[in-house]
Amino acid sequence: MSPTVTTSSEANGNVSAATARAAASAAATADAAGPQPVTMAKALNTALADAMHADPSVLVFGEDVGTLGGVFRITDGLTKTFGEQRCFDTPLAESGIVGMAVGMAMNGMRPVIEMQFDAFAYPAFEQIVSHVAKMHNRTKGAVKLPMVIRVPYAGGIGGVEHHCDSSESYYAHTAGLKVFTPATVPDAYRMLREAIDSDDPVMFMEPKKLYWSKDMVDLDELREQHSANAKAGRSSEGRAAVARPGTDATLIAYGPSVPTALAAAEAAALEGRSLEVIDVRTIVPFDDETVCASVRKTGRAVVIAEAHGFASVSSEIVARVQERCFHHLAAPIRRVTGFDVPYPAPKLEKYYLPGVDRILDAVDDLQWEN
Amino acid sequence: MTISADHTAPDQAGRAPAEDALTEAAEKFGITAEDYMLPARHQIQMVDPDGRLTPVGEQGTEPGHEYPLPGDEELLAAYEQLVVGRRVNDQNSALVRQGRMAVYPSSHGQEACQVAAALCLSQGDWMFPTYRDAVAVMTRGVDPVQVMTIFRGDWHGGYDPAKHKVGIQCTPLTTQLLHAVGVAHAAKLRGEDTVVLAMCGDGATSEGDFHEALNFAAVFHLPVVFFVQNNKYAISVPLAHQSVAPSLAHKAVGYGMAGERVDGNDVVALLAVLDRAVKLAREGSGPLLVEANTYRMQAHTNADDATRYRQDSEVAEWLAKDPVNRMRTYLTDRGLLDGDGEARISEKAEAVAAQLRDGLGEDVPVDPQELFRHVFATPTPQLKEQSAFLADELARDASSQEAAQ
Ligand SMILES: Cc1ncc(C[n+]2csc(CCOP(=O)(O)OP(=O)(O)O)c2C)c(N)n1
Ligand SMILES: [Mg+2]
Repeated sequence: MSPTVTTSSEANGNVSAATARAAASAAATADAAGPQPVTMAKALNTALADAMHADPSVLVFGEDVGTLGGVFRITDGLTKTFGEQRCFDTPLAESGIVGMAVGMAMNGMRPVIEMQFDAFAYPAFEQIVSHVAKMHNRTKGAVKLPMVIRVPYAGGIGGVEHHCDSSESYYAHTAGLKVFTPATVPDAYRMLREAIDSDDPVMFMEPKKLYWSKDMVDLDELREQHSANAKAGRSSEGRAAVARPGTDATLIAYGPSVPTALAAAEAAALEGRSLEVIDVRTIVPFDDETVCASVRKTGRAVVIAEAHGFASVSSEIVARVQERCFHHLAAPIRRVTGFDVPYPAPKLEKYYLPGVDRILDAVDDLQWEN
Repeated sequence: MTISADHTAPDQAGRAPAEDALTEAAEKFGITAEDYMLPARHQIQMVDPDGRLTPVGEQGTEPGHEYPLPGDEELLAAYEQLVVGRRVNDQNSALVRQGRMAVYPSSHGQEACQVAAALCLSQGDWMFPTYRDAVAVMTRGVDPVQVMTIFRGDWHGGYDPAKHKVGIQCTPLTTQLLHAVGVAHAAKLRGEDTVVLAMCGDGATSEGDFHEALNFAAVFHLPVVFFVQNNKYAISVPLAHQSVAPSLAHKAVGYGMAGERVDGNDVVALLAVLDRAVKLAREGSGPLLVEANTYRMQAHTNADDATRYRQDSEVAEWLAKDPVNRMRTYLTDRGLLDGDGEARISEKAEAVAAQLRDGLGEDVPVDPQELFRHVFATPTPQLKEQSAFLADELARDASSQEAAQ
């Protein structure tokens, strides 16, 4: 396997560009009938395929991403459609995958690489922290690294050890990395396309327990929206979303915790309490404006994250909101996070994960009487 | 603790002792250091897939790569473990299907490797297994139910590594090989004659830690036997995508250690090669690398669909090389095994299967406080606080449930 891909040529890979286009339009016809039930996995897969169609310099590689289509099937069919030169299996070495992607990005490509699981990205930590994050800075912008590192992360799937880490805080703590994490099906498509378009390296954290979550989505419409936005230079990077409006308190969540926060808000509504849910979407850059506007409005906040609470993204959020909204707060900001213990075995994870009851307990604690 | 003489400083001639030892080992067999390090031209095989003794001239042996046939008693003991190992694999797969276990990476088809890996070691030696090596760990004498606890999902381990001299089954690929090197180094500093068997798969040989472990073991001249089960796949990725080296055993040469290839479905050859590797390592000839040529008969785990990346015909070819059948034929033809012997062995295998069914069939209640109990030797105030928080939450849950009834 010796990839000889050029950025300019259309004739990439084993499948000609014409065949690829035919496949794309066939897929487009199949998706054409307006909103359809779509899984997050399918949205991510479509985003990868669309990005590869749009730009021949987009390459996908990693472990088991070729013939198998990835252990979560996110790269399913890409090798078939685009050929082995544009979507391929590497030898089994994460540092190698990331390091090679750095070189490729330095030389005209836009690699989108897959780490098989959160905890199996650690052999690549050196490359990520010392090079991916710093290249732009060290070269005063002469070298850009337009690469995306996709990481299936977090728990809730009954996984055995090393398959459930919430590793986002390591990356968020590293200056020079952008960190995205979608919580909805349309966002999975939108944010992955934007991550691939970005000239900065993006850690793209995919909540694996949401891979099979479904939503009614019109992929064609998302595709067109993306093209229009890209043309106009618009991106949703750095913008949080109000996932559910409310007036009494704000739940701030991201990735796998967003559906949990929404369920808690639903339960609270039955008890007559109106909770606003903010989906952070991109941890780096962080949307202070949206988050703080909500907290100023409600005066109360709970931050929810699966990761251990200590020295984490959730602690950063509390600090930022407190610095900016102190005089609007009716109670100290609370957090509901994983305990500061190694991610537990499947039978114990329900005690570890932030759940609806624990969130509602925290909301109850926000000094309501007076 | 006494630390034996300096073992790393170059001697007066400027040669590291490791280099000397290589020459010494080669001289012992009357061959060059290169021929000592390079694997024999063919894999070592002693019993062919049909269960017949491979003719001596065709066993793959060469000067310096000679292997005597293991004794009958050792072979019978190995056969018994093969039958038990096969039964364990199939019982565990059944338990996964019944929802009694979360996942099981089966070594079905690789039982000869599993058994030989355990039998080649002495009591004081260590083994560092992967997630796929449950049968090797059991063959080493660890309680089967304890071994399977990790896959049942109550805890990320199940047995005491220090007690059994078996590292916890390791999933982050090849990270355990460096631990094996460290254990060997510590034993050597204390003057103990411990040998460490460090296990990994074919795909794992691409990881950086594989390289580092081999190099460390060679540079520090440590008694480590690296044992690679080349079962042809890393999940979906075939060996051809991992390495274009002539063989994985050839990788040994680059580190200055000896490599050998062996038919990984022939327990006789495996025992012969591993026994000698362990003996050489114990005698001080430095680390060795053994590659076993075998096949993963089932999917990577129950969560994997192997039909997406390999042909049934390939699996069928390997079915004909089955390690258990081969050994049964060989021992029966030699008159070492009869119906009574078979019955006794299958009774033993059934007993282990029943032990697994009983042990994994019952739902042992988990204690939520276990979350906090083993994080540190000295618990932190923060964890005590979090533990109290959970206890309070559970108590309130229980009382509101009671109130509801
Ligand atoms: C560092 C790391 N990366 C990725 C994985 C995911 N993974 C688990 S097993 C496996 C394949 C390993 O293949 P091989 O070494 O041939 O062993 P086999 O499973 O065939 O026994 C992969 C990629 C992992 N466990 N650790
Ligand atoms: Mg393998």
